[in-house]
Amino acid sequence: MPVRFLTEGIKPMAKKTVFKRPESLTDAIFHYCPGCGHGIIHRLIAELLDEMGARERCLSVAPVGCAVFAYFYFNFDCMEAPHGRTPAVATGLKRVHPDHLVFSYQGDGDLAAIGTGEIIHCANRGENITVIFVNNGTYGMTGGQMAPTTLLNQRTTTTLAGRCGVNHGYPLKITEMLALTPGSAFLARGAVSSPQNIRITKKYIRKAFEVQDRKLGFSLVEILSPCPVNWRLTPVQAMRYIEDTVVKQYPLGIVKDTTSP
Amino acid sequence: MKKVTQLITGNEAIGAGAILAGCRHYFGYPITPQNELTEYMSREIPAHGGCFIQSESELAAINMVIGAAAAGARTMTSSSSPGISLMQEGISYMTGMELPGVIVNVVRGGPGLGGIGPAQSDYFQAVKGGGHGDYHTITLAPHTVQDMLELTILAFDLAEKYRNPALILADGLLGKMSEAVKIPMNYKPRMMKKDWAMTGCKGRPPLLIRSLFLNEKELEDHNLHLFRKYAELKRKEVRFESFQTRGAEILLVAYGTSARICKAVVEAARTEGIRAGLLRLITLYPFPEVILKNLASRVKAILVAELSMGQFVEDVKRVVSDTVPVYFKGRVGGVVFSMEEILEKVRMIARKFIPHKRTRRT
Repeated sequence: MPVRFLTEGIKPMAKKTVFKRPESLTDAIFHYCPGCGHGIIHRLIAELLDEMGARERCLSVAPVGCAVFAYFYFNFDCMEAPHGRTPAVATGLKRVHPDHLVFSYQGDGDLAAIGTGEIIHCANRGENITVIFVNNGTYGMTGGQMAPTTLLNQRTTTTLAGRCGVNHGYPLKITEMLALTPGSAFLARGAVSSPQNIRITKKYIRKAFEVQDRKLGFSLVEILSPCPVNWRLTPVQAMRYIEDTVVKQYPLGIVKDTTSP
Repeated sequence: MKKVTQLITGNEAIGAGAILAGCRHYFGYPITPQNELTEYMSREIPAHGGCFIQSESELAAINMVIGAAAAGARTMTSSSSPGISLMQEGISYMTGMELPGVIVNVVRGGPGLGGIGPAQSDYFQAVKGGGHGDYHTITLAPHTVQDMLELTILAFDLAEKYRNPALILADGLLGKMSEAVKIPMNYKPRMMKKDWAMTGCKGRPPLLIRSLFLNEKELEDHNLHLFRKYAELKRKEVRFESFQTRGAEILLVAYGTSARICKAVVEAARTEGIRAGLLRLITLYPFPEVILKNLASRVKAILVAELSMGQFVEDVKRVVSDTVPVYFKGRVGGVVFSMEEILEKVRMIARKFIPHKRTRRT
């Protein structure tokens, strides 16, 4: 099929911007692997901050993991935290600037393994922060080792024969665990596996930010995200894997919402 | 300035100093022997319109300090030896990210869970870095309850000035004992402007606070930058007390609780005709090298008294090299030496190096 440009035949006068980079993203090129979900999630956050006019009062904390460089892409104040400690660091930020929009961005190793204590107690204190929890079932940056969220029988570089519950522990549904804390106000699980799911996930993040601004308590959006390189799948296969397999262990939807009776 | 005298414990004096210094964000986890400080802050910080959080661990506490420091607040945490070990990761990050903050270590005996008696066995951890990477924390050593208050205020000022964490290295004895303390009631803290703090990017480009530099040269430059600050600390911020060092033949070198006891030793030795003096270190980092070298060149022997198996003494030996013999007296595990124990060591040294002097034998 011959290549055709969208602008072909349109006079310059008639040009109108219908899609552009959100102001909340810098023009740095993502370092993420082809087919990775982080880029989509970064964009969702950036679009929302633009739409909410919150970019200039946003303080964010990047994790240790693939998304540590989120701060090169986010066009607002951002800092780093030791591995797993972003909820504690975000707590410090929020307690000093209670009217700013504070969010931490964490992977599954960061949040559900080394940072278990921090996330549970942050939720239990009802800290008015939002956590963006990217669940791709593996330690992406270190080369694809088993994560607490890795599915049973899933092969990783530290579970070559597949994850075996008895030896390696079982997939951890930490968002459901957090629902038990009285301080958590809004918890939901979305995915970036299809345009429809991406739109739903964006709604969840918007809701989480709104819950924070209304000072209703802790909010978290878990996002099922692909890691094609470490899953040894093509980008398209990885998206299908989320829809066919991962959602069976981690069902999509709102896990807890104290704002609706 | 109006000063009010109060009888308070060392732990509470640190809290009072922090409040005076403008600290309104405290995060801590209970551990003996510093609980009076955490409890004091739980009452006083909210009363002053600030934020107190009893965290789920020392890890969380130091990371809340990181967040509050990054947000531009004067912030503090406190703990004792095992808890301070847990905080080392965060302290390393703070130096890398150039964040100010005050960490109080009311030292107890170790290793491991150790005991709850006073000790000085966290010296290496305090002054040599303590966590991973090349860095130092500003380390201040109080020796009275008054010091606990004043050095806490100083710690906030230095931490902010140098954008580096500052540590108060006390011990269980100083923390738990009560003394009359003069509290400057109208003290106005010297807050610095913080254009590096996370306040939202309104009217300025977004900022980034990090310690990750994957480009090796960039990380080397960052280290060199940090060490230029440490060099400046060594030039400008060294603090010590010379106690009866004029004409001294035997120099005691000590800090904190040990120095307190050594003052009595010096006075007792002088009544016996032994010309002893004391160099008391107030800053352990930066280490008062110049004065120590200077005094070492004028005395016959040095005695280091510390509540450890010999950590501080290594730095004294490093500084004086082989110019003068260095003796060591240590007790550990929460045991504190008596004045008499150190005095006996002073007499022994006097007999060896000042033979023409008649010294009392016991």
